[in-house]
Amino acid sequence: MSTPAPSTAGPRQLVVVGGGMVAHRLVEALVDRGGVADGGWQVTVLAEEPRAPYDRVALTSYFSGRDPQDLALGDPALWDTPGVQLRRGEQVTEVDRRARLVRTAGGREHRYDALVLATGSAPFVPPVEGKDLPGCFVYRTIDDVAALRQYVTEVDTRRQEDGSPRPVTGAVVGGGLLGLEAAGALTALGVQTHVVEFAPRLMPLQVDEGGGEALQRLVGALGVQVHAGTATAKLTAGRDGRVARMHAAEGSAAGLTHLDVDVVVFAAGVRPRDELARACELPVGPRGGVAVDPTCRTEDPAVWAIGEVAAVEGRTYGLVAPGYTMAEIVADQLLGGAAEFPGADLSTKLKLLGVDVASFGDAFGTSPGALSVVYGDPVAGVYKKLVLSDDARTLLGGILVGDAGAYAGLRPLVGRELGGDPAAWLLPEGAEGGPASAELPDDAAVCSCNNVSAGAIRDAVRCDGCTDLGAVKACTKAGTSCGSCLPLVKKLVTTELAAAGVTVSSALCEHFDVSRAQLFDVVRVTGITSFSELVDRHGRGRGCDICKPVVASILASLDSGHVLDGERATLQDTNDHVMANIQKDGTYSVVPRIPGGEVTPEGLIAIGEVARDFGLYTKITGGQRIDLFGARMELLPAIWERLVAAGFESGHAYGKSLRTVKSCVGSTWCRYGVQDSVALAIALELRYRGLRSPHKIKLGVSGCARECAEARGKDVGVIATDNGWNLYVGGNGGFTPRHAKLLAEDLGTETLVRTIDRFLVYYVRTADRLQRTAPWLEEIEGGLDHVRAVVLDDSLGIAADLDAAMADHVEGYTDEWRATLEDPEKLRRFASFVNAPDSPDPSLSYVVERGQPRPSTAAERTADEAARPGAVLVAGPRLEVFSR
Amino acid sequence: MTATLPPETQHPEPTAPTGWTAVCRYADLQPERGVAALVGDQQVAVFRLFDGALHAVGHRDPVSGAHVIARGIVGTRGEAPTVASPMYKQVFDLRTGVCLDAPDDPALRLPVHPVRLRDDWVEIGAAEVQAGG
Repeated sequence: MSTPAPSTAGPRQLVVVGGGMVAHRLVEALVDRGGVADGGWQVTVLAEEPRAPYDRVALTSYFSGRDPQDLALGDPALWDTPGVQLRRGEQVTEVDRRARLVRTAGGREHRYDALVLATGSAPFVPPVEGKDLPGCFVYRTIDDVAALRQYVTEVDTRRQEDGSPRPVTGAVVGGGLLGLEAAGALTALGVQTHVVEFAPRLMPLQVDEGGGEALQRLVGALGVQVHAGTATAKLTAGRDGRVARMHAAEGSAAGLTHLDVDVVVFAAGVRPRDELARACELPVGPRGGVAVDPTCRTEDPAVWAIGEVAAVEGRTYGLVAPGYTMAEIVADQLLGGAAEFPGADLSTKLKLLGVDVASFGDAFGTSPGALSVVYGDPVAGVYKKLVLSDDARTLLGGILVGDAGAYAGLRPLVGRELGGDPAAWLLPEGAEGGPASAELPDDAAVCSCNNVSAGAIRDAVRCDGCTDLGAVKACTKAGTSCGSCLPLVKKLVTTELAAAGVTVSSALCEHFDVSRAQLFDVVRVTGITSFSELVDRHGRGRGCDICKPVVASILASLDSGHVLDGERATLQDTNDHVMANIQKDGTYSVVPRIPGGEVTPEGLIAIGEVARDFGLYTKITGGQRIDLFGARMELLPAIWERLVAAGFESGHAYGKSLRTVKSCVGSTWCRYGVQDSVALAIALELRYRGLRSPHKIKLGVSGCARECAEARGKDVGVIATDNGWNLYVGGNGGFTPRHAKLLAEDLGTETLVRTIDRFLVYYVRTADRLQRTAPWLEEIEGGLDHVRAVVLDDSLGIAADLDAAMADHVEGYTDEWRATLEDPEKLRRFASFVNAPDSPDPSLSYVVERGQPRPSTAAERTADEAARPGAVLVAGPRLEVFSR
Repeated sequence: MTATLPPETQHPEPTAPTGWTAVCRYADLQPERGVAALVGDQQVAVFRLFDGALHAVGHRDPVSGAHVIARGIVGTRGEAPTVASPMYKQVFDLRTGVCLDAPDDPALRLPVHPVRLRDDWVEIGAAEVQAGG
């Protein structure tokens, strides 16, 4: 059968009736495969519920305080995809197959070229007397769950007002998967919960008698009373008209006659919502559900059915995984493919009321000659059974209750030789992940929700370059639905990475196999003080432009020697080596420190005179200081000498270190300022000047909440309050701007400074190379909360160490410019040529623009030199001849 | 060209008739940190490595056009002794001048100068004509 031809010109219309998980998957699959809008289909999803599709499987988590938003499925942007329209709260009442349109309760009509019924199922409520009394609920949607929660809260409040000692009591009708979910939800609400199951054990579809017994013991231990082998006869109301008593049918187990209850939840199974199909005379399955063939198509070639409403060759499926498979199949067919339903894996792994339950393959051992290996530990509350082929070699299925750790490893092995002693999988020590997961064949399905094979996961690592679990999840979708396979996925990823030699992902470079933070610890613990010793003992080769500056920074952090002492000079990037910033023509820019941006007129004049005398281009920086450009290397000491004489020092604009502390003018002048931001900024800048770090560090201090210093755009931002200072961390501008996040409020100045001390030292010690504070906070385990605990509550017991490290830094600070000027050996490095120390680089040339020099362009050099020789200058207009 | 420090000798002629230019004493060179030297009108970057070996390549960074190569960080890539341009960080093999980030691009190749140690003096020759460059 081919896809129906469009009824009119233009994009073909696909109407999806139902807005559940399976509908979501269908749209996702179509979009992923480029099948919407220009790809061919205009998709309209008509959802009865007033919200986008959500994770119904996780519904119970709504009770443990999760926000409904947390149940969102996939990327919400899916519904903004051009060509996709989600209409919430729109119930379809009729399908007109002849006219190829559907009608909604609101009287709207939607024409279709292809129609997919994904209406799911409705809870089955047994036809007992009193089933509609107030206090009776079903358990299917967020609205059901919200109503149940509200009712229980009301009853509880009334109880407490009446002074009744009896807790709210509830009964769940049905002891299957859904019933235990509902029991978990009631228990979470503090309800004394009973489970009434008609069958002789809990979860009769998934576990055998032994498993059921273990489950009942475990559930009972959690305070849930289980009444198996009991049928509900009727429900009766109390004087207030609400449900008050559940009557058991005669002959129920343990002679139970009735239960006094405040709330009843029906969770006795589901029925496919096939009423639309019946009304438009599409055939249905023998036990309900829209009859479809293995391609999920109904008798009408324009109509498909997927998910719980579909009866594929007569059989319906109440799990999400087969529904997802059907969605993928229909997406394939809508795009011209010929996929068919391969049959479903009915394996289940759940945590119900905190109890692990897993059932997979031929769990009941119905295959001819099947053997069972059973391990039971009633004390620990564990029951495990493996079903094997008659030669006890091939795994056919199994049941795990109480400890399902082996599930992820076992399920993909169904139909394969288990290898070794099956008991190894059942004993507690063998349960963790399973012994043989690394040897899983490529075609073994690891994630059954999303049908991802072991081979696909390996490919994601091998071919797609995924280097961690997160990337593999994003790439393959494995583990993104129920998550039960994640331990196995992680193990596969780790094994594959190791095989590919990618475990060195944290390696600094080819010379060191460890990260910067690890190298920092190596240096700290070993006390190594030279690069040569470090690379000899803990690395290989002679380093490079990546590891050498890192080691220089680490050594600078751990002792306060001059950055140009001995071998250390060879580790520095040219900026650190000559303590200025290299510019495009090979000259440097010079930035004297102007703490807090406060500068005297004399200071400004001195800087101006230096710039004028050396012919430097001047510009005000974003960090409230002045940058002097065009300084030739051999002139740097002369420039510094003048600046140092005028009271200036290095501004460390060249270093991976503190740059500036920007401030607003604060309370001394500003009519709005509440604290003296300039004084604090100067104090902080003088405290942290010269602090070597994984990347540059910028601070800001604002004198009031107007935030004129833009402190929240800094690594450390301080904003004055009426009571002290608020401290923000992790902000930056640049390529990926970040706003700093609040670390602490209303700190006194002393506490503030101590907190910043610890924050900075902790960052310096643990961050990766070139990692600014924002990504560091994101990546460090525990994030901002962890860092807050370390610096405020000393959660790691290292605060004294951090304080001491900062005290050492403050104590050991010296101005690097002055120290260089005082050392003739260091000054030798500033020779332009080893055999002509004061000769300028002959290739430099400048033109004057807006009254200042700038490097000439290549075109200016070649074309204009001959024509206008006067326009090209070597060095500035008033170059001072400076003798040393 | 492994270094064995020769005894002190007389300062030789700045430009020897053989085409060699003495630029500095061996001891003036700090291991793993380059210096620039003027050889005629050529700017040359001269390096003394950790093992004492000497190398001389063009001082001009072919990517930026600035004369800065001597100020790069010296290291190794595999077996190759290297310098990384301080401007845009391309890495060059000090033995051949080849840019290891783009080994097939002749425009990014540094000229290689012969270098020798005579008595205590480091002498640089004119850039070699590059074969296959």
